[in-house]
Amino acid sequence: MASAPRAPGYGDPMPLALEPHDQAMLSGDDGPAVMLAMRVIVRLAETMGAEALLDISGAHIDSCLYHGEAGLDFAQRLAGQGARVQVPATLNVSSLDLLHPELYRGDAHTRDQALALMAAYEEMGCRTTWTCAPYQLDDRPGFGDHIAWAESNAIVFANSVLGARTHRYGDFVDICCAITGRAPAAGLHLDENRQGEVAFDVSAIPGRLLSLDVAYPVIGHHLGRVAGSRLPVIVGLPEATSEDRLKAIGSAAASSGTVGMFHAVGSTPEAPTLDDAVGGRSVPVESISMEDLRNARDRLSTSSSNTLGAVSLGTPHYSVAELGRLVELLDGRRVDPGVHAYTSTGRDVAMEIGLRGWDSILAAAGVQIVTDTCTYITPILGDFEGVAMTDSAKWAYYAPGNMGIDVVFGSLEDCVESAVAGEVRRDHTVWSDA
Amino acid sequence: MPEVLRVVVAGDATGPVLALDEPLSFWGGFESETGTIIDQAHPQVGECLAGRVVTMTVGRGSSSASTVLAEAIRRGTAPAALVMTELDEIIALGAIVAEELYALTMPVVIVDEATMKAVAQAVSATLHSAGSITLVTEVS
Repeated sequence: MASAPRAPGYGDPMPLALEPHDQAMLSGDDGPAVMLAMRVIVRLAETMGAEALLDISGAHIDSCLYHGEAGLDFAQRLAGQGARVQVPATLNVSSLDLLHPELYRGDAHTRDQALALMAAYEEMGCRTTWTCAPYQLDDRPGFGDHIAWAESNAIVFANSVLGARTHRYGDFVDICCAITGRAPAAGLHLDENRQGEVAFDVSAIPGRLLSLDVAYPVIGHHLGRVAGSRLPVIVGLPEATSEDRLKAIGSAAASSGTVGMFHAVGSTPEAPTLDDAVGGRSVPVESISMEDLRNARDRLSTSSSNTLGAVSLGTPHYSVAELGRLVELLDGRRVDPGVHAYTSTGRDVAMEIGLRGWDSILAAAGVQIVTDTCTYITPILGDFEGVAMTDSAKWAYYAPGNMGIDVVFGSLEDCVESAVAGEVRRDHTVWSDA
Repeated sequence: MPEVLRVVVAGDATGPVLALDEPLSFWGGFESETGTIIDQAHPQVGECLAGRVVTMTVGRGSSSASTVLAEAIRRGTAPAALVMTELDEIIALGAIVAEELYALTMPVVIVDEATMKAVAQAVSATLHSAGSITLVTEVS
């Protein structure tokens, strides 16, 4: 049997060295739930080539979204055997909007299973935040904190914008880390894996386009497709690009690719300069052209129909600032009665905008606020003819497959004008070369 | 007989090969009830992964892919095995947890690009738990 050459990073790693307490948990000293959790962490750590585990200060749990029996079996096994989180743990979106339960149009069995899953995570001591944007909560992680976050957009935001450290965790291990307080010392937890590996230069993109929100999800969508598994550095963005725009880049790139972290020189905390972002190494520089962005924009729409049935905003969950912009653009106008309009947000942000009186403004304008879930992961959208419009690259990417609908991507301005007009209206002039 | 660089989840498996032209997100791109690709933007939308040795360079997208893959393994609609060139922890987790919960094994291995190409061109493949792959290149 001929032996294959070993690729870099896939050699024989140092064995995983467990501390006495890790070993005790693995041996069942803290009960069967903790043992199962530690088994999953150890198997993942070995797969990643980790040499040790490390302490985490928080977790964000994606496993609370119902996708079938397997997820429920796992959660109920852990909760039933008495597992409790050892670090603060926030919960991602679920399949249900608990504050607006009448919006759910799915079958009763799935609803009951989803509720049982949510109850299991609550029983384990997780905070009932039900948001995919835990970085918009008051007590978010700080620079350098080791955390175990799942939910691809939250992972990339935590690493890139907060400078906290989480690997790209999937479902299951998120709660395992919360129960044990431990995570593999590998991947994006380590300095050497947080350096940029390829730079993307956006200097060729007109400043006029970069001054608009709509540029950012499209840049992110393109970035995810071309970066592959390399950690990207964006060069040429305006200094101190806003958190909401960085969120749009990250969520788009994590959907179209595997991006778990990016640097934006002059905006993200580990990238004051390109040299800092790449750790002083030399990396390839690729230029992003207007043609690239127009192609990326076009891939986000599945139809050229002007017949508008729905508008969905708030993926990832809108921030207070984004909701404020929506109120401003509506400017007292009403959505056309033939269009279903939704905006998703976290219940904490929903409470904040309620204090500002924006909830009644949105209700009067015909915009339904959705909390605790999202319109593309559970049946909420009403029956409609025509396309659904969104300002989210992530929603545009997933909704056609998940919901079996046609999607048109546009700016928030396009979405609002279209919703009011009752037909798709997009300003294409912002995508011209000069 | 090609060898794998790293065994992520060990096991024996055999099946016809399906070589994916682009990475697939199991969440949003795949239906665990039927084992088919539902990502409208994927070049192989409509293909069924169940029981096949699936080659895919790398995973993509959502953290929820772990749960969807575990659910497919539970239902018997998952691939027979996954052959990849890069480690994807989210996929690994789905396979690890399905094994822990249900004692059902879907092997996942990492191979180099030459091996990947050979597997992708084969008609069927057999993975051996010790870390080698037997390929059938022509229909007999």
